Amino acid sequence: MENIGALAILLAFCLTIFSIAASLVGAWKKKPFLIVSAERAVICVWSLVTLASGLLIYALMTGDYRLAYVAAHSNKAMPMIYKFSAWWGGQEGSLLMWNFILATYALVVVLQNRRKHRAIMPYVTTTMMVTQAFFLMLIAFLVPPFQVLSTGGKAIVDVGDGQGLNPLLQYWTMVIHPPTLYLGYVGYIVPFAFALGSLITRQPGDSWIFTTRRWAIVTWLFQSTGILLGAGWAYSVLGWGGYWGWDPVENASFLPWLTSTAFLHSVTMQEKKGMMKVWNLVLVASTFFLCIFGTFLTRSGIVSSVHAFAQSPIGPYFVAFLTVTIAITILLILSRLDYLKSEAPLESVVSRESSFLFNNLILLASCFAILWGTLFPVISEAIAGEKISVDAPWFNRVNVPIGLALLFLTGVGPLLAWRRSTPDNLKRNFLWPTVGMAVTIAGLMAFGISHFYALLSLGLCTFVTWTIVSEFWKGTMAIRQKDGLSFVPAVIELTHRNTRRYGGYIVHMGIVMMFIGFSGAAFNKDTTVEVKVGDKFPLGRYEIKVSDIKMGQNENYIWQNAIVEATIDGKPFATLTPERRIYEKSQQPVSMVAIKRQLNEDLYINFAGMGSESQRPTIQAYVFPLVSWIWAGYWVLLFGSLICLVPAKIKMQYARTEVVGVSTKHVPATK
Amino acid sequence: MNTTVKFGAVIAVVVGTLGWVAASGVNEDTASYYKTISEIEKMDASAKTKRLRVGGDIEKGSIKRDGKQVSFVLVEEKRKMNVRYDGNEPLPDTFRDGAQALVDGRIEPDGTFHAAKISAKCASKYEAKPGGNYQKENSINQRAS
Repeated sequence: MENIGALAILLAFCLTIFSIAASLVGAWKKKPFLIVSAERAVICVWSLVTLASGLLIYALMTGDYRLAYVAAHSNKAMPMIYKFSAWWGGQEGSLLMWNFILATYALVVVLQNRRKHRAIMPYVTTTMMVTQAFFLMLIAFLVPPFQVLSTGGKAIVDVGDGQGLNPLLQYWTMVIHPPTLYLGYVGYIVPFAFALGSLITRQPGDSWIFTTRRWAIVTWLFQSTGILLGAGWAYSVLGWGGYWGWDPVENASFLPWLTSTAFLHSVTMQEKKGMMKVWNLVLVASTFFLCIFGTFLTRSGIVSSVHAFAQSPIGPYFVAFLTVTIAITILLILSRLDYLKSEAPLESVVSRESSFLFNNLILLASCFAILWGTLFPVISEAIAGEKISVDAPWFNRVNVPIGLALLFLTGVGPLLAWRRSTPDNLKRNFLWPTVGMAVTIAGLMAFGISHFYALLSLGLCTFVTWTIVSEFWKGTMAIRQKDGLSFVPAVIELTHRNTRRYGGYIVHMGIVMMFIGFSGAAFNKDTTVEVKVGDKFPLGRYEIKVSDIKMGQNENYIWQNAIVEATIDGKPFATLTPERRIYEKSQQPVSMVAIKRQLNEDLYINFAGMGSESQRPTIQAYVFPLVSWIWAGYWVLLFGSLICLVPAKIKMQYARTEVVGVSTKHVPATK
Repeated sequence: MNTTVKFGAVIAVVVGTLGWVAASGVNEDTASYYKTISEIEKMDASAKTKRLRVGGDIEKGSIKRDGKQVSFVLVEEKRKMNVRYDGNEPLPDTFRDGAQALVDGRIEPDGTFHAAKISAKCASKYEAKPGGNYQKENSINQRAS
């Protein structure tokens, strides 16, 4: 069976090479049969990769412990769902999943566009298959998933039972976090492939954007979901209560998110006004390269990280692949600059256009800063000969102001007019949101809150919420007057007319809620104590008591838990049972924290261990204000993104032609 | 004033501010220097005030818990260093006998390393040793473990 799997991978690799060659020759010699044949090869590649994946999953689920990968990542006692998720629990398997997702995307693209975009398609196929060939090459020759164990001679050995999946990964969000993140990572290849295709064929600048904007939103949603699932996992599993630690691999997943967010915003500028064409190409290409770079960072061991896979020889291949593809992209953009001229100039610093521009600038600045910080050990070693790393406080110092500036722009954007805002409409639009912000800050200060960033952040949250609500309000009122609808149908009608605009506002609302959650971190409380069973200790408004310690065992792990009772003013509030486990197979200890989640604050208890001599439990207790808002914000973000995907009732094409006509003449700015 | 100039000015201010924040942020509190134990032994007293990051293996049987404080011995190429930790973050689950640890903190006058943060990974994280002493056939990718 392992031979069939390995053969499937090898065949798929050969077919990708054929597909690339057939597409390019077909497009060059104008031979449609070659192009169609290349597209059929894509379908075959998908079938073969699916077959290989299926075989590996089958081996994992049935426990074929002759396979090295199965022996290392699965064991008999593991629940079925984790046997399945062991597919991406290790280097080889997760690269196979990468390939599977990429092949699936390629398949969908080919099937969707069999009759459309005939001129671009050969290049789209080529781009996707070049990437596919690279990733298949990795699992065909460098880190093959279908290797069997042997004693060194010819005989194959069945070890009977495996090591089991890393226990930290035996948690429900870890079952969906990697696939979601991969769906987001891999997905940006589609807009990138279309962008390249339209560059090569000198298509008028916009067609690739219209074709791929849904892809962009969907993959962005997957990225956001993946990142937040990771944050949620860190919060509920790792035991230190944080959801983000600026770990190199977290950063790696965040970088393409930043550029794709910038892309989703600046694409509006191109659609509406034909501006920022080169910029959009650069953004979509950077997003794709950062996705590959992220994969490289995770797998090469270049920076030390909690997420890193074991050192492997694939690093240099990634560097080569990135260098070549980046060089080709830059050359293509430079040689096609004529086709990418902006159709309208920027007219004023205070306008909707410039708010998009600054949003992009800030997102990219943040992206650059994070990249720089992540690679600081590498950079400093190259320049100063000393390996220096910067940690979370540095990232916070740089990114907190950036985040707040972005939040500010989120609120400001809708208030500014296209082209230019007059002082009069500035005053009219900004007055009430600003008053709301001032009142919030004053109110919070009256409650004794003096943390500068928290005050600013919560104030800005009010500001942005105000602008979003008033956008909905104004639109709804206009529709009510005109069409005589009642309130709720009017809101729905408004949203349906321009789903991307109002869906976008809802996404912004989700982001605001997350910022409320982030602000809560300024007021975290914690304590670590070694207590006797029955003793009490205080934390914030809680009194915490360990009332019992219990132990037990099941076939997968041994456990020990503490029964912890929390009271407020003597009244019982909650009973929590944090647990420590030692997994049988890997002998890996894992602590399972207990969290009492509430909208205003979470009470978070970790059972850190038993004292070596005293045999008393050490308990770490934390209070995390407002954390739940982050997760709630995610659902709002999801809802908003889904609305963006609903086709709008009214096509927004007219705005573009109208504006282009007027602004060909350069109007000097006032002052 | 020309619009392009104004944009240029705003962009310069934003980028400049960020650059300044980023550059001035690399200081005593946020940056730490990767050193090996033998490098530390050779360092002079003044250099020891810096924040350091040292990697090594946790000596088997050396971990002692005493209330909040945890102490252990870090070994790197047969050189040993005593480490003391009393931070608020719980130690990672992977922190145990024989694991690889990366400690971040400062040297105290008596030569003990006072760690502010400890990260640990089992000999190869995510990748447990496959089936004992058996080798993988045609093993192109020989694992470090």
